[in-house]
Amino acid sequence: MNEIAIHVKNLSKKYRIGQRQRHNALRDKLTDAIYTNIRRLSQLANGQSATDKEGNRVIWALKDVSLEVKRGEAVGIIGPNGAGKSTLLKILTRITEPTEGYADIYGRVGSLLEVGTGFHSELTGRENIYLNGAILGMKKAEIDRKFDEIVAFSEIEKFIDTPVKRYSSGMYMRLAFAVAAHLEPEILLVDEVLSVGDASFQKKCFTKMEEIRHQGRTILFVSHNLGAITRLCQRTILLEEGSISADGPSHQVISSYLSPEVGTTAERIWADPEKAPQGEIVRLRAVRVRSVEGHLIDTIDIRQPLKVEMEYEVLKPDHIIMPHFAFYNEEGVLAFSAHDLDPVWRRRPRPKGIYVSTAWIPGNLLADGTFSVGAGVDTIDPIIFQFYEYDAIAFHVNDSLESDSSRGDFTGDMGGILRPMLKWSTQFNGDEYSTKQHSKL
Amino acid sequence: MHKEELSDTKNFPETVSLEALPHFNIRQSHGWVSLRLKDIWEYRELLYFLVWRDIKVRYKQTVLGVAWAILQPFMTMIVFSIFFGRLAKVPSDGIPYPVFAYCALLPWQLFANALTASGNSLVANQQLLTKVYFPRLIIPISAVLAGLIDFGISFLVLIGMMFYYGIIPTVAVLTLPLLILLAIASALAVGLWLSALNVQYRDVHFTIPFLTQFWLFATPIAYPSSLVPQSLRTIYALNPMVGVVEGFRWALLGKTDGIGPLVIVSALVVAILLFAGLVYFRRMENTFADVV
Repeated sequence: MNEIAIHVKNLSKKYRIGQRQRHNALRDKLTDAIYTNIRRLSQLANGQSATDKEGNRVIWALKDVSLEVKRGEAVGIIGPNGAGKSTLLKILTRITEPTEGYADIYGRVGSLLEVGTGFHSELTGRENIYLNGAILGMKKAEIDRKFDEIVAFSEIEKFIDTPVKRYSSGMYMRLAFAVAAHLEPEILLVDEVLSVGDASFQKKCFTKMEEIRHQGRTILFVSHNLGAITRLCQRTILLEEGSISADGPSHQVISSYLSPEVGTTAERIWADPEKAPQGEIVRLRAVRVRSVEGHLIDTIDIRQPLKVEMEYEVLKPDHIIMPHFAFYNEEGVLAFSAHDLDPVWRRRPRPKGIYVSTAWIPGNLLADGTFSVGAGVDTIDPIIFQFYEYDAIAFHVNDSLESDSSRGDFTGDMGGILRPMLKWSTQFNGDEYSTKQHSKL
Repeated sequence: MHKEELSDTKNFPETVSLEALPHFNIRQSHGWVSLRLKDIWEYRELLYFLVWRDIKVRYKQTVLGVAWAILQPFMTMIVFSIFFGRLAKVPSDGIPYPVFAYCALLPWQLFANALTASGNSLVANQQLLTKVYFPRLIIPISAVLAGLIDFGISFLVLIGMMFYYGIIPTVAVLTLPLLILLAIASALAVGLWLSALNVQYRDVHFTIPFLTQFWLFATPIAYPSSLVPQSLRTIYALNPMVGVVEGFRWALLGKTDGIGPLVIVSALVVAILLFAGLVYFRRMENTFADVV
């Protein structure tokens, strides 16, 4: 039995810039031939060499990527746009070939690089289920068997015999995802498709993905939705500029991704005043997360309080300054926001200078997971927006299983954004018989 | 939370069978590639659905619908009968000119439509090319096969015409499936080249109508091949549609002279073109998704 599902070794993919966009009319080829020769001569003169032998500029969409995915593993792939995430999936699905290196895949591959691939607007919902299913690699018998389930999942029973061109875009997406969600390959490659439909449908899609994972299938999941990645995948790979720059437990990789600045997540400094977030009156200098003892930290126990501080410079005197923080969970949901309540400087015009405003966050407030902090400053009277840095910093909250947090003796996934310790009390009202007697009275 | 998830993956559910998993090795292909025609058999259901889609969609939102399949060859036949048959007095080997022309127009339309559809097929399906894997050959093949329905419908009219003119086919009619196959193979052979070239050079899109028009006159549709001087016949038969069209007349209308050598030359040409087309297509296939 082979434990490995995907084995990738030194995979590289080269694109010639312009190759994708240009539709290569013969005329272009002729003008290119002339142009290329001139360019080559000028490059010889300048000593440049970032071009291939045909004189095209090349980019490596993937460079020396090696990785191994075990059977049944769910791996998230994150990274900025253009990092090579989709290219990797396209190679693994055999849509395009690598330039160098190789990949071994053990098992049938199903891919979902786009919902609704091959949908035809003139065909009805029913017809498109069959067409799209076949395109995604399902057998007709399999589609027959799952047809009712697919229709029920899509919630468009009434319109199943209507051409999809009459559908709303939401209905269209729901149907498309419903087909895709019923794929059953051993290895599923998914590219950013959870962002379809309304919130409740998204939730449904997400549950479906979790179900697929629990069936022991191997999943490679590309997404910008970091929350979805942490929940679905134990392991995450960070791709940057075509190479793997981090590979490990999801929450670690994600926090390192959220804080690409120097040092830890615990601190972010804008050393260059030009590039710092700023308004006319206030400029941001740094944002930090500290333990109560004052150490910089990027991971905190759920039971411990922490401090989030913002260092900023007031550039013009005599304004009332209002710093504020907002805390978002991995799914981008705002947990809460808070405005400066410091009694000394609140509602008081400030002289020029450097200030540090600190907010104390009590223990047993946030749920476990990664939180990103938005830091902003406004002035009041009049209210003037100064700056707001959306992902200024991020930290991770760990929930211990030591049964003295709000999870008590439960060890499963708690969910939620907040996890406060509540006061609980239980009153014993006797056994059932005496309760009944009591209510009769 | 993480502890629990890790343990999930350990106990394997029965839904995933672990025996005999297919294995794919993905690397850049070099030099001569195998034609991998077996892959197409594996993806036959997709081929079926793509053909089915093309047929279903073809006459959607038209008033005349399927009648178009008959109107096109029938109107052309009328025009040919008036201008070539009546006015220009083109000989028709003793067969009534309308049925002489229509019998040739059927395989011709099959060929020309299949050629056009397959030549444009990869570009028309670029959404599929860039998002899903399947043997790319399926696309031009499905485009060619979808044309058979139109052919079948317009063929009914030919039967009516033969009945009207009192033409009863001989036993030669049994070769008709082979001739249809030859027409399709010709279209596919050329379509493979054109579709793969079209991915790179959109000029092909503009070349196709011109090509089919030119080809129409190089094929004995409005005139009999007996008009071509004997010395040039062999060269003439390098056009595979010569064999197909004359073969149709021979099989259906009982025209007897000189069919054998024409068809054999045509079949040979098609076999060579088709093989070369397959090889070229397979070689270019790897770049389709990047270039289209």
